[in-house]
Amino acid sequence: MIRLEPRTDPSQTMIILTPILAVLATMVVGGILFVTLGKNPFEAIRMIFWDPLFGEHAFYYRGQILVKAAPLIMIALGLSFGFRAGIWNIGAEGQFIMGAVMGGATGLALYPLDSFIVFPLMVVMGALGGFLWAMIPAFLKIRFNANEILVSLMLVYVAFNFLIGMVTGPLRNPDGFNFPESRSFQDFPAAHNPELWAGTGIHLGVLTTLGFVILAYIMITRHIFGFNVRLAGQAPRAAKFAGVSPNKMIAICLGLSGALAGMAGLFEVTGPAGKLTTTFPLGYGFTAIIVAFLGRLHPIGILLAGLLMAVTYVGGDIIQSQLSLPKASIQVFQGMLLFFLLAVDVLVNFRLRISKRISK
Amino acid sequence: MKLLKTLMTGAALVVGLGGMAQAEDKTKVGFVYVGPVGDFGWSYEHNEGRKAVEEAFGDKVETMFVESVPEGADSERVMTQMALDGADLIFTTSFGYMDPTINVAKKFPNVKFEHATGYKQADNVSTYSARFYEGRSVIGHIAGHMTKSNTIGYIASFPIPEVIRGINAAYIAAKKVNPDVKLKIVWAYTWFDPAKEADAATALIEQGADIIMQHTDSPAAMTIAEEKGMYAFGQASDMKQFGPTARLSSIIDDWAPYYIARTQAVMDGTWESTSTWDGIKEGMVGIGDFSNDIPADVQASATALKEALISGATHSFTGPVNKQDGSSWLASGETADDGTLAGMNFYVEGIEGEVPN
Repeated sequence: MIRLEPRTDPSQTMIILTPILAVLATMVVGGILFVTLGKNPFEAIRMIFWDPLFGEHAFYYRGQILVKAAPLIMIALGLSFGFRAGIWNIGAEGQFIMGAVMGGATGLALYPLDSFIVFPLMVVMGALGGFLWAMIPAFLKIRFNANEILVSLMLVYVAFNFLIGMVTGPLRNPDGFNFPESRSFQDFPAAHNPELWAGTGIHLGVLTTLGFVILAYIMITRHIFGFNVRLAGQAPRAAKFAGVSPNKMIAICLGLSGALAGMAGLFEVTGPAGKLTTTFPLGYGFTAIIVAFLGRLHPIGILLAGLLMAVTYVGGDIIQSQLSLPKASIQVFQGMLLFFLLAVDVLVNFRLRISKRISK
Repeated sequence: MKLLKTLMTGAALVVGLGGMAQAEDKTKVGFVYVGPVGDFGWSYEHNEGRKAVEEAFGDKVETMFVESVPEGADSERVMTQMALDGADLIFTTSFGYMDPTINVAKKFPNVKFEHATGYKQADNVSTYSARFYEGRSVIGHIAGHMTKSNTIGYIASFPIPEVIRGINAAYIAAKKVNPDVKLKIVWAYTWFDPAKEADAATALIEQGADIIMQHTDSPAAMTIAEEKGMYAFGQASDMKQFGPTARLSSIIDDWAPYYIARTQAVMDGTWESTSTWDGIKEGMVGIGDFSNDIPADVQASATALKEALISGATHSFTGPVNKQDGSSWLASGETADDGTLAGMNFYVEGIEGEVPN
């Protein structure tokens, strides 16, 4: 009989070390996976973690890591506030889509207006799109106490079908042979989010993300809002007495995460994705949940976790083409990362007690 | 410490030299797939083409591939990665790779690119596709004969010309042999989603269809047809193993001859940017074996239709054909030109429902 017993005083060092241990465990077990697939595990691990950063073509991959990491980090930052306060927005993917659609549609409506105002307006509308979409679960939670996990998650599918409706209907490229996609933002300079320096991958979304990391850091460590968020999560009753309105907290946390997800969607669709299509949502909104927890809900942690996830994506494609590995094996590898994170987390916070006696 | 350093330098040298030797001798060919190679449909057949290239050239060629690559920034990165890794020729096998292919091709003028099913070309970008609609005519002909409920179910992906062309070709051929035939169409808005495809097949059968056709990539509909005792056709690959009794025939994409020819052209230095649209005649579209459930006379007439398409004696779109609204499209004996086919956005007369807009 194995029981889990809460540790009264979990080691602070271990809590910080958890992600590193999880990565190491992933490398070991992932290595075994690659051996069973008949590949050299050291080569595979090197290609995933080393080559994108320091390999022969790292000059290109480093920029691409930023491209992959930026939306993950931006969304995860927004989610982290709610997660700290015990408000579970699982539907960032839907807010990401709605931000991209609303911001993108704003730009497309102004086509071919060549004005500097177009892009900033699109960014604002993108954030607004995500914000409004997140207000649905917020309203239902406040008014009817509906579970925000279910509502926000279900709204992802609504958003996706809305996207299909938009790109096969009003937002479809009139010169695009009926293909379900919008005009390319690449061909509409005023609405384009290009690489700022050729070859670096860095676009406005990447810079904005860095800005948000700093802002979030200040908020969570120095600002009363960060304190209230933590209080609401750890001691809801105390928070109430301190004058933190739970309803306000729900609205702010969901709204903030929705706005950031929406903005990430707008930057993605006008830059790396290039246009609104049915295939541009790649699950960033879901992966960001992993990033948020991998980063311990801390802005700097999220920054590092987002970069790490991005490295495994870029590296995963490298080993696929170099070692002819199936995509599924790389997804298993990425899945291990979350599994080990949770496993190590449990062991840091709980003690395993093995007793012979079977309790009744 | 010193020993370690020496060892590492040695290893680096070996790796470096190995890389150089490869770069000199072998032609490197990259393949980017939109689905998993185990989809037993679209990507599976492209991967069969890749294997055929390896078989044909042996040591002279080295292939690489990445599967399930999302269209967009990821595909651009994967193509760039292949080009950086020394690919001489890269096949990008989905429509959504069009702009990424053009973008990457600009950065690597010495690398040749081949984009499937698109319409944008460049000095180092060719396009290629198959006249799948010819295959649709043959299976439409069979379906028209075989349906007892006079209802054929059609799982469509996206309302693009390629898909609408297939619907029209199948309907025209079915209607010719069975004036009462009806087509029920479900739009799945996906190329590959086994769960959605299975749902679509179930819905069509519930609406009275006893034969399922599909323009999506997985064998899910075939397994549903097998389960419910209905008929279906293999799409992209033969799919016989998924519906031993349900499968009537199949449209098979055979990219091998094209991939081998294009790789050869790169080796010979004769590669040029071209636009290819091959059909049954050239072998890019194949028709799978006929099931024994198909009566001999229908097998014979289907074979005759196939032969006529090969010889050019007939065309999938031969007048008189009206558009859905009743206006005349093709006069008697007239055949559709490639331009109209490439941009087809209307149903022919007799098909119910509207092209989604």
